[in-house]
Amino acid sequence: MPVEIAAPKLEVRTSAPPRETNGKAKVAVRELDFFYGRVQALHSISLEIPERIVMAFIGPSGCGKSTFLRTLNRMNDVIPGTRVGGRVLIDDHDIYAPGTDVVELRRRVGMVFQKSNPFPKSIFDNVAYGLRINRLTNSNSELAGRVEQALKDAALWNEVKDRLKTSALSLSGGQQQRLCIARALAIRPEVLLMDEPASALDPIATSKIEELIFDLKKQYTIVIVTHNMQQAARVSDTTAFFLLGKLIEVNSTEKMFTAPNEKLTEDYITGRFG
Amino acid sequence: MDTHRHLDDELSSLRDRVLLLGGEAEQALERAMYALSERDSDVARQVLEHDDQVDHLEVEIDRQCIDIIALRQPAARDLRFVISVAKMAPVLERIADHACNIARTAIDLNNEPELKSVLDLSSMAGHALKMLRGALDAFTSSDAISAREIIKSDSEINDLYNHTFHRLIELMVTEPATATRDARLLFVAKHLERIGDYVTDICELTVYMAEAAFIKHT
Repeated sequence: MPVEIAAPKLEVRTSAPPRETNGKAKVAVRELDFFYGRVQALHSISLEIPERIVMAFIGPSGCGKSTFLRTLNRMNDVIPGTRVGGRVLIDDHDIYAPGTDVVELRRRVGMVFQKSNPFPKSIFDNVAYGLRINRLTNSNSELAGRVEQALKDAALWNEVKDRLKTSALSLSGGQQQRLCIARALAIRPEVLLMDEPASALDPIATSKIEELIFDLKKQYTIVIVTHNMQQAARVSDTTAFFLLGKLIEVNSTEKMFTAPNEKLTEDYITGRFG
Repeated sequence: MDTHRHLDDELSSLRDRVLLLGGEAEQALERAMYALSERDSDVARQVLEHDDQVDHLEVEIDRQCIDIIALRQPAARDLRFVISVAKMAPVLERIADHACNIARTAIDLNNEPELKSVLDLSSMAGHALKMLRGALDAFTSSDAISAREIIKSDSEINDLYNHTFHRLIELMVTEPATATRDARLLFVAKHLERIGDYVTDICELTVYMAEAAFIKHT
């Protein structure tokens, strides 16, 4: 199967464009293989993700897109029997190299999951959690400032500023998901991985998450896995299509949804797959 | 029925409708030119009476395109097809409008003594019809190569128009008594020349649909 990796074309679609990038890949994946026991889930994936863009991963269930996403911050390490080949470079450093500090890696490469998973703690404590365990602040006032900023960055501050001490579990589903984003942002990651972050949300909450992603790319490199192709089209600058553990095509989102290079991609996004 | 089958059916229905509209435009032009060359005002009036159906068909296609975009959210080749059809339908409707204008001119001229100079216009009309048929065939088969060839052939209709223009001006000077009728024929020639341009638009849309290439104004 031919695998074409086109250089992503950056499209600025906002009145507040992302900061200048130096054209260097923030994440560079080289011939990555991944195995669950003896089953190979990813086959020689090579891909570059430029800094401060949104890249969407699309593909049918079981195609390996979530597995691939989790290789970017070694979240698969916790699954027994898994094995990785190839390299994942973040700022030219191989995250699978011996001696890599995985805790530090996951601070730099944050993750938001499909189902919001707030801790049974207050809104404030949820956002402060990572800052506290990583000892990233020196005073309570600095901690409060970082929490406030993270909640503002997650577009949640105005909705919760008067009830920071109430339980996070009292928030709506959409608010809980933005709280989880705030929790990830509080420790100032460089890359944000999102695994179907809006799939369990209603259209209004989904829209807020999508607007948030659009704003966050000014500061972060964002990778989002989504089953919703319209969502990929709305929020991402580049899109990667996976099938049966292989990367079929990477292209600018505009090109991907109007004139993809690969027939397999075209068949998938026009609903004629299979 | 699964989703893509449903979409396929809708796209197929849309294709049928736009081809029907193309057929109507083609027939209107053919009949209008027949009314002019054979001095048959009844046929000219049939062309005018039929134009409401052409307009109705264009509106139906518009609605269908909007429905498909809103409800089916087509992508890639499906999106290019729907966008091409949405832009093609008004072009075909305008071709039919030009045919109506020719039919009106035929009625006016048929009430006056016959002129000799219709021959060149038949040649222009024949070329315009050939282009239109070819464009509809190219669209049907998503044939960008043929579409590009038809675009090139528009220069022939432009040449015929220029020739006709100069010939009619000469006639106006040498035979002033026929100047009004010659001027009407000049308008017919202009309508045919514009139809050639519209056919070019259709072919450009076919190239976009087939290859995702924008060749307009290139």
